[in-house]
Amino acid sequence: MSKSSERIAIVGSPNSGKSSLFNRLTGLRQKVANYPGVTVEKKVGQCRLPSGRDLVLVDLPGTYSLSPRSPDEAIVRDVLEGRGAAGETADRVVAVVDATNLERQLYLALQILATGRPAILVLNLIDAAEAQGISIDVAQMERLLGVPVLAVSAKTGRGIDRLRVALDAPHANGHRRALEEALDPARGYRNVEEIVRRVVRRTPGRSGARAGLDRVLTHRVLGPVLFVLFMGAVFQSIYAWATPAMDALAAGFGALAGAVQAALPAGPLRSLLVDGVIAGAGTVAAFLPQLAILFFFIALMEDTGYMARAAFIMDRVMGAVGLPGRAFLPLLSSFACAIPGIMATRTIENRNDRLATIMIAPLMTCSARLPVYALLIGAFIPDRHVLGILSLRGLTLLSLYLFGILVALAVAWVLKRTLLRGPRPLYVMELPPYRVPSWRSVLLTIKNRCLLFLQKAGTVIVAVSLVLWFLASYPTSKPGTPPGEALRHSFAGQLGRAIEPVIRPLGFDWKMGVGLISSVAAREVMISTMATVYSLDGSGDPSTSLRRTLPRVRDERTGLPSYTPLVAISLMVFFALACQCMSTVAVARRETNS
Amino acid sequence: MTAMTLALLAPGDRAVVRGIQAEEDFARRLMELGLTPGTEVALVRRAPFGDPLELVVRGSHFTLRRSEAERIHVEEL
Repeated sequence: MSKSSERIAIVGSPNSGKSSLFNRLTGLRQKVANYPGVTVEKKVGQCRLPSGRDLVLVDLPGTYSLSPRSPDEAIVRDVLEGRGAAGETADRVVAVVDATNLERQLYLALQILATGRPAILVLNLIDAAEAQGISIDVAQMERLLGVPVLAVSAKTGRGIDRLRVALDAPHANGHRRALEEALDPARGYRNVEEIVRRVVRRTPGRSGARAGLDRVLTHRVLGPVLFVLFMGAVFQSIYAWATPAMDALAAGFGALAGAVQAALPAGPLRSLLVDGVIAGAGTVAAFLPQLAILFFFIALMEDTGYMARAAFIMDRVMGAVGLPGRAFLPLLSSFACAIPGIMATRTIENRNDRLATIMIAPLMTCSARLPVYALLIGAFIPDRHVLGILSLRGLTLLSLYLFGILVALAVAWVLKRTLLRGPRPLYVMELPPYRVPSWRSVLLTIKNRCLLFLQKAGTVIVAVSLVLWFLASYPTSKPGTPPGEALRHSFAGQLGRAIEPVIRPLGFDWKMGVGLISSVAAREVMISTMATVYSLDGSGDPSTSLRRTLPRVRDERTGLPSYTPLVAISLMVFFALACQCMSTVAVARRETNS
Repeated sequence: MTAMTLALLAPGDRAVVRGIQAEEDFARRLMELGLTPGTEVALVRRAPFGDPLELVVRGSHFTLRRSEAERIHVEEL
């Protein structure tokens, strides 16, 4: 984007519909980034004006006031005061208010106007206001406020053309008014009441769907039941819908690897491309289906207003370990995969709450642990029944899930009392009116999230894959060496031996160490690595042959079985607790900016 | 002043805010949401597990934890 373009900041409170206005004005020409050093999201886009000129639009974080306390508010305030927060400046401001709720929304708008930045006031959701019998005297408002006022509907596009014309017109300089007065709640709201009294006329209109829907969705019994059903559906879709897409992606990358394999002569380059680059890119791509599906539901819940109700219902339950109601969905998603779960913590506003949720999300039993559990349980846990009906194998699996949850809750409880202690944040949350979601903004959210993941975490994951490839491939052995023998002599094998003293107390030998090192790429990779370590031939499903092989493996020195049921349980507990998945670490790092 | 607080209202009750007994930052935050002295509030419902509470202030619906609502003094209407 050219530096000379005029920059316009869009400012409004969280439920003013400012993001849909931003989407409407910029279309697909937008990108999401973080402000340096803070986990506040920055959306920037371009908007074409009737004259053919391009504007740069910046969607600032939603805020209720300009008195800066949170990082979000500080950024908004600094940009408006012309201090240029975190590299951001604005020549002009578009203040967005929800026309159905002028009395509360004008409080922030008056503060924005009082900063003296040249501004345009946009009354968004004007069709919803009219349907509710609210009519607003726009001309009178312009006279009272001294800035252009436009009534629009970002959702239907009504009034957007006139807004583009207004943005195209040369702007008058604003003048700084009594900002201190506007920032004082008592006086600020008195001014708002006065303006509302003079511009708003109410006639009986149909009331929204709120009362009826809330009676059901936040009902004492029905509310939690519907919530659980809905969450179950979300979770099931992440599992069920993502699998075909993930399989297709895996097949695609497999075909690509095959094509490269066929086109290039055997050698370091082919090995680098096939086992390093393509394998790494495949790991990254495998996350996209789950991410897209989860963010589809999150955007849907946010857009319809159900997210706030879900948080309302769950707040008490999650509050038992000091987490907010909004932590529930990210944690639930982490049972599929911690990556989308951690990215979903963006819906948690408070920083400490968000960090605590990110820290415990990897403890939820993700689907990548399942193949490892299935292998070890199948090989070492006897197929018996306890109490007649309960399968011992099923119970073991269930215990592993519960173990992860209990440890996570304990960690959250401790974190919130130690490192992340702090005044419990004031829990005020708006319950916005129910709205029909805009598919456009739902799709944009999915696209932005996936791109952000590819840029921020994807690059790290590919880089780590390359390092792991190098460790497993060098130093090279003589041609014709069996793969298992070659792996033993590689850096990965040496590393496995080096960490053996550390993992010995857990009952692991160096071969398992090699498997653990490889599981950094993705937990289930451990299985194929183990198959190589034990020099299984490549034929058949590695999991099935390993299940038969592992119980027969003997320790090189003692001659005793390497794996006992106890070692298997130790290994599974290690998998339950250890955050060795590089993708999780990469995402957690990016999401916390640490 | 009576000890009536927002937390003691029953669903459907209306009241007027008289004052907020809390540190300045906390009180300011609530006032910025429109809970200035003299403002009418209504308690809509309690969450299914008893906490938080849903309020209407100046036409907007908010949720507030009971421990927070206890610090807002009101006069019932």
